[in-house]
Amino acid sequence: MPNLYSLQFFIPELILVFVSLALILASAGRQGLRPARVQAGWSKDLPIYISITGLVLSFIFVVRQFAVGSPPLFWGLLILDKPAVFFKLIFVVTALIVIIFSAFNISAIRRSCEYYALISGAVLGMNLLAMADNILMIYLALEFVSLTSYLLVGWDKSSPKSGEAALKYVLYGAVASGVFLFGSSIYYGLTGTLDIGPLTAAFCHTSAYKMAGLFMLAGFFYKIAAVPLQAWCPDAYEGAPTPVTAFLSVAPKSAGFAVLIRVFGEIGGTLGWPIIIAAISAVTMTFGNLSAIPQNNLKRLLAYSSIAHAGYLLMGVACATAGGDKAVSFYFIAYLIMNLGAFLVVQMAGEELSSYSGLARRGGYGALIAIAMTVFLLSLTGVPPFFGFVGKFYLFSAVIDAKLYWLAIVGIINSVISLYYYMRVVKTMFFDEAVSADSFAKPDRTLTALLIILSLATVVFGLYWQWFSRLVEFVTAG
Amino acid sequence: MNIPILSVMTFTPLVGAVIIPFLPKGRDTLVKWIALISTLPALLCAAWIFYAFQRGVAEMQFVEGPLEWIAAYHIQYYLGIDGLATPMAILTPLISTICIIASWNISKQVKGYFSLFLLLQTGMTGVFVALDFFLFYIFWEVMLLPMYFLIGIWGGPRREYAAIKFFLYTLLGSVMMLLVMIAFYFYSDGNTFNILKLADQSIHIGPMTAHSFRLICWLGLMIGFAIKVPVFPFHTWLPDAHVEAPTAISVILAGILLKMGTYGMIRFCFPIFPDITFELAKWIAIFGMINIIYGALCAMAQKDFKRLIAYSSISHMGFCLLGMASFTSEGMNGAVLQMFNHGTITAQLFLIVGIIYDRVHHRDIDGFGGLAHIMPRYAVWTAIAFFAALGLPGLSGFISEALVFLGAFKMWPVITAISAVGVVLTAAYILWTYQRIFLGAKNEKYAGLPEINWRETVTLAPLALIVLILGIYPKALLDIMNATLVSINAIFIK
Repeated sequence: MPNLYSLQFFIPELILVFVSLALILASAGRQGLRPARVQAGWSKDLPIYISITGLVLSFIFVVRQFAVGSPPLFWGLLILDKPAVFFKLIFVVTALIVIIFSAFNISAIRRSCEYYALISGAVLGMNLLAMADNILMIYLALEFVSLTSYLLVGWDKSSPKSGEAALKYVLYGAVASGVFLFGSSIYYGLTGTLDIGPLTAAFCHTSAYKMAGLFMLAGFFYKIAAVPLQAWCPDAYEGAPTPVTAFLSVAPKSAGFAVLIRVFGEIGGTLGWPIIIAAISAVTMTFGNLSAIPQNNLKRLLAYSSIAHAGYLLMGVACATAGGDKAVSFYFIAYLIMNLGAFLVVQMAGEELSSYSGLARRGGYGALIAIAMTVFLLSLTGVPPFFGFVGKFYLFSAVIDAKLYWLAIVGIINSVISLYYYMRVVKTMFFDEAVSADSFAKPDRTLTALLIILSLATVVFGLYWQWFSRLVEFVTAG
Repeated sequence: MNIPILSVMTFTPLVGAVIIPFLPKGRDTLVKWIALISTLPALLCAAWIFYAFQRGVAEMQFVEGPLEWIAAYHIQYYLGIDGLATPMAILTPLISTICIIASWNISKQVKGYFSLFLLLQTGMTGVFVALDFFLFYIFWEVMLLPMYFLIGIWGGPRREYAAIKFFLYTLLGSVMMLLVMIAFYFYSDGNTFNILKLADQSIHIGPMTAHSFRLICWLGLMIGFAIKVPVFPFHTWLPDAHVEAPTAISVILAGILLKMGTYGMIRFCFPIFPDITFELAKWIAIFGMINIIYGALCAMAQKDFKRLIAYSSISHMGFCLLGMASFTSEGMNGAVLQMFNHGTITAQLFLIVGIIYDRVHHRDIDGFGGLAHIMPRYAVWTAIAFFAALGLPGLSGFISEALVFLGAFKMWPVITAISAVGVVLTAAYILWTYQRIFLGAKNEKYAGLPEINWRETVTLAPLALIVLILGIYPKALLDIMNATLVSINAIFIK
């Protein structure tokens, strides 16, 4: 589809471009004002409102895109199919929730225009990644997402950890994208095209072609934090401000999966990916779960848990069936709710495990937070009646349907291992002595409301998920 | 009458569990009364079921549904009870109500305790009435969570260790069950979770018709259930959980939770995999024998009163395994009756341990002596429970053990003969324990101990009454069970 004609399908992205630019301009306009006036003036919450409005508008336009069929845009660089629309919704919703987190964060990000500009920009990059149907486009979008992520991770300039985290993130990112580029250049050299599409040529069986595929996987594995490119993850998560960590743990991971599923569906079979992905899946979840056990920092613990979840989700990809894609999509809905919920608790109650001691005994809000955290953690474990269980149920169903029995067994053993470290947090909150006799300080009302909504959603959707089931059915139907 | 009686029985405790956290602070007595009131409807339902259950009918009764729940996976809300489930469905509200009364002296975080307890009751009842595998699984897992907290917060000194050990063990069992459940779904014609339909061998398709695959699925289910029973190599969570749990929770654990394992075996493994069950019945019987002998020997070596009772549970559950492996109607009836009887008898034993522990704060069997002089009424209640546990004729334990031996001897004479030694061992450790605690010279240290009070009597008396009635007139329960068990057995006689 020609460029100008494509623009009508590009409205959500155009809105995001506009929002990012507007926020940057607003930031420039503020430079002349004294900080005291920024704090007191009418414009203090302006960036929050601008970005929320933009994201909500973008959300509405994305929802409408379910009805457009699957047109290729910009001469086939992008494709707007239903899975892409679905993942775009995941990004926008994540960004909206994270902005609510950020609006009540105590650190410097709260009123900074650039921060919100970067969040919108990251969503734009992820939208492109989810729609990308061309290797060059994938590379550009990957870099776009990575660059915004580096900046977000290093946002807290006063914290040396934040800087260190950003540097590690950049270094790993550079290696991963270099390897990806190397792989794509071999691919281009062999096929003579940057489009990804089913190939039947004889060179599909050459080892160079297989090697190209292997190197290209590096870019995706880095984005979703799968072994062996997971090492940046705990440091970046720990160093970044909590809202950013929450954002990173859901949005770029789902973007990585969106593009992985697309590429896998088109050429994964000829590249010999199914067995590689199944193996990486088993290794990743085992590594994530075992490493999470000794962690005493909640952000690191959740980082390893998110590595483990990348492993679970890879099980769905490894199935190479429609059921597998459906399960991955479904799991992301559950993952969004429960993981953001867990990070919300981290923002409200602190990131060191010791600060959770006896939380449940410290008056009304302490008990509320402790119960909500228990719900999120058990949901992450995959215990009924929580939403995460349904997600796991879909994943295991897909794996068994694809006859990968050994992977299913590795997966369930990992679920049991993960119970141990999640319950360690629960144990600390409920069984240990309270750190102080004071009742827990009253948290902000909006955040409390968000916490209650997320935890109720985790329980309610764990018992009734027919709508989401229909949604993913519709999305993966083709 | 169109009251959905099983739903009422399952979910009224849940209503209580939801209300209790919102009650005003510091009103502990109110919380306890609300908890008691919200279990009473379930108890009334149980009484109604006992009265209205049609004897001599093998099929499901009081059926509700099937209602569509999640259409995409054909998951249904489908409840019903037959002769196998009914004894358990009656036992659950009964034991739960008694446990609420037995928990009256809880003073730490009262709201949390009773709320979790009622949630636990909903889970337990649901397991016995669910006819959809998915629904069954949800109830099965819902139970773990309250149990973890009840042991971990209100338990003894090593409660945290015991709680996580319990949780990890049972989760390991249930995730295996989950995989088998999914396999059933995909390899059944028409993709169903309906337990009754799955028993129809003709709908098994694909790998589910291959012997090796069926064997693996059978093992997955069996190990899941065996962990719950617990069968010999998987039993190590039980003594820890029992010893650390508060009294009422030990009662629930022994009285109801353990039965879920044997219930699951008869409900799932027997009708759905009759070929594999028949092939491996010998092993079920052998493990039953190991449980009986090993549990009794371990019990004999214990110095802690509660640990002793815990091991005696392992021993007594062995009879259920031995009975069900016999494929005779006597053996089957004996096994299910033993499930019910063990529920009532062991509940008494744990209550008895709790009563003395509340007074002296230790459970060292050798540290008592001569209690019969100080607490004569307590000694009598204990004697009833102890004699029931060792299988004295005239009390219910004798009937079920006799039926199990009658049935099992036809099929497995050698195994049964060895298991019979367990009866002697049981008598030995029970009588020896009674002697050490109650007989002998009066221990002056405990001269001032208060006698068993009315609340404690209320918890023991109904159970003792049931033990007596079933000892003399077991037909009251056997009539309910027989038709269903005969029909399950009929699969194997062919």
